[in-house]
Amino acid sequence: MNIMVCVKPAPDPKRWDSIQLDPVTKALRREGIPSVLGPLDKRALEEGLRLKEKHGGKVAAMAMAPPSARDNLVEALAMGADEAYLLSDRAFAGSDTWATSLVLSRGIQKAGKFDLVICGEWSLDGSTGHVGAQLAEFLEIPNVGRVVAVEIVEGESLRARSMVELGDRILDTSLPALITVTRETNTPRFTSLLGVIEAETKPCVSWSAADLGIRPEEVGFRGSPTQTGDIFMPEMKRKAEMLRGEPEGMITEILHKIRQAIG
Amino acid sequence: MPPIKLDETSEWKGILVFVEQEEGCIAEVSFELLTAARELSHKRGSVQVGAVVVGHEIKGLAQDLLAYGADRVFLADHPSLQKYLALPYTRLICDLVLREKPEIFLLPATSLGADLAARLAARLKTGLSAHCTQLDINGRGELTQVVPAFGGKVMATILCPAHRPQMATIRPGVFRRGERGEGQGTVEGLPVEIEPGDLKQRVLEVHWEKKPAQTIEEADVVVAGGAGVGNPEDWKWVQELANALHGAVGGTRPPLDEGWISEEQMIGQSGKTVRPKLYIGVGISGVIQHVVGIQDAKVIIAINNDPNAAIFQSADLGAVADFRKIVPLLIEELGKKSNAG
Repeated sequence: MNIMVCVKPAPDPKRWDSIQLDPVTKALRREGIPSVLGPLDKRALEEGLRLKEKHGGKVAAMAMAPPSARDNLVEALAMGADEAYLLSDRAFAGSDTWATSLVLSRGIQKAGKFDLVICGEWSLDGSTGHVGAQLAEFLEIPNVGRVVAVEIVEGESLRARSMVELGDRILDTSLPALITVTRETNTPRFTSLLGVIEAETKPCVSWSAADLGIRPEEVGFRGSPTQTGDIFMPEMKRKAEMLRGEPEGMITEILHKIRQAIG
Repeated sequence: MPPIKLDETSEWKGILVFVEQEEGCIAEVSFELLTAARELSHKRGSVQVGAVVVGHEIKGLAQDLLAYGADRVFLADHPSLQKYLALPYTRLICDLVLREKPEIFLLPATSLGADLAARLAARLKTGLSAHCTQLDINGRGELTQVVPAFGGKVMATILCPAHRPQMATIRPGVFRRGERGEGQGTVEGLPVEIEPGDLKQRVLEVHWEKKPAQTIEEADVVVAGGAGVGNPEDWKWVQELANALHGAVGGTRPPLDEGWISEEQMIGQSGKTVRPKLYIGVGISGVIQHVVGIQDAKVIIAINNDPNAAIFQSADLGAVADFRKIVPLLIEELGKKSNAG
């Protein structure tokens, strides 16, 4: 099985409180916040590695990200991926999910034959959850979302349990296919010291827009159908009436508020 | 497909809503999207609202859709379409969109709705925004879509200036089902042909864990717990308080990680948006990723022993106390009230 895992390095959520909106330019200031692989990226890698351990083949990791994301791909190699691809070009900046999926699809096609593509269900930062299905559409393959369990049936199709709001569905899908994984799919392995050492010797290829045959105007700000207008920090403050002291005194006030709310 | 040129966007008129249904039961969010569509139609010069349903034996659903705001209902009915399948659903709806040319297309931000929306937007080469919390029409007649990013820390207004339809997904609970009307309008069956490619995927089994009426988005009262609850024994107080108020139980990410709640009960940016009459937060610190999912609650009460907990900034009433002392007393008092009444 040739497995491609797409990951999305994003600013470390532990540092989101330091993201600020520039009052003049209305641009987000996120300088100095290092990017990390998200929890779903690691689960996507883990699922790929488990399938490889069972069925043979190789696992590659791919990201469309700035050059600094090479560190995140090295982490994927240290976890056990065999090779990595960084799709990086100034022309990609500002890509929405449509343009991102286009870039990833070209990268996957250039990387060679694949049987399965695995992505996290959503990224840490944008969290649209749309790239998996859009990437499948560009690759002209079927996809299964919110996959919590997967097995390969007779080497040619994939049986997956997919969560929906009120339960789950079991589907058979012919390969090649794309799946997106969630927090419930698995528990990612820890990176071993040996893994870190080996990662240094594994191939990590970098491709530009030109390498992928993409014209700059097809992607990035210019090629994205959606455009971002105003950005603002939502005001969610309420004026809390604060209660302190003995529980008995608080109960009266809380019960009064409950009655006000639900009659 | 070639991209739409700017001067061609004026050919696209009206609003289309994708209606999610399972086994002939319309998902509540579909009615909520009809409310959103009617509001937008009003702002856009009373354009027509269409509703498209795909499934099997779905004719009976049309009347309800007309009654809750659709002017036209499109039905794609075929035994092979009974369960959602990305490929044929995408193809059929893509054909309808290219024929009807709606200016705006709204879909539910559910597992299946988002999957369909993403595929359609890629195929139509148009913009798609995710999890909109507000929709409006700007001075140029464009759809403005407000979406959260970075866990709700930041909100961004999304536009789709040069491509049509302008597509958006909306989470359950963001809008409310409107008043039932007379239900005047037209119903049209769409031609359905199954192609070999559609069979690349098939649904073997579907399991239902719960009935739609029990979802947290529809509860009038939500009692939610956070990491501060501390252990599974104390989690019972969250559950019992919810029971005493006939409400639903929710939580933040740590209780999900601990296994005290299911993914369907997690409230916040990557979970559910709730808008109950009453929300009570127990041992919740109030990180932005959670607060963004409760901001539309009518009344927010927070109980936390840390006076500096961020949740108090977003609450109407805050009790600085150990919930283990407060919640049992509350349950007792609520019990007295119901016994007396």
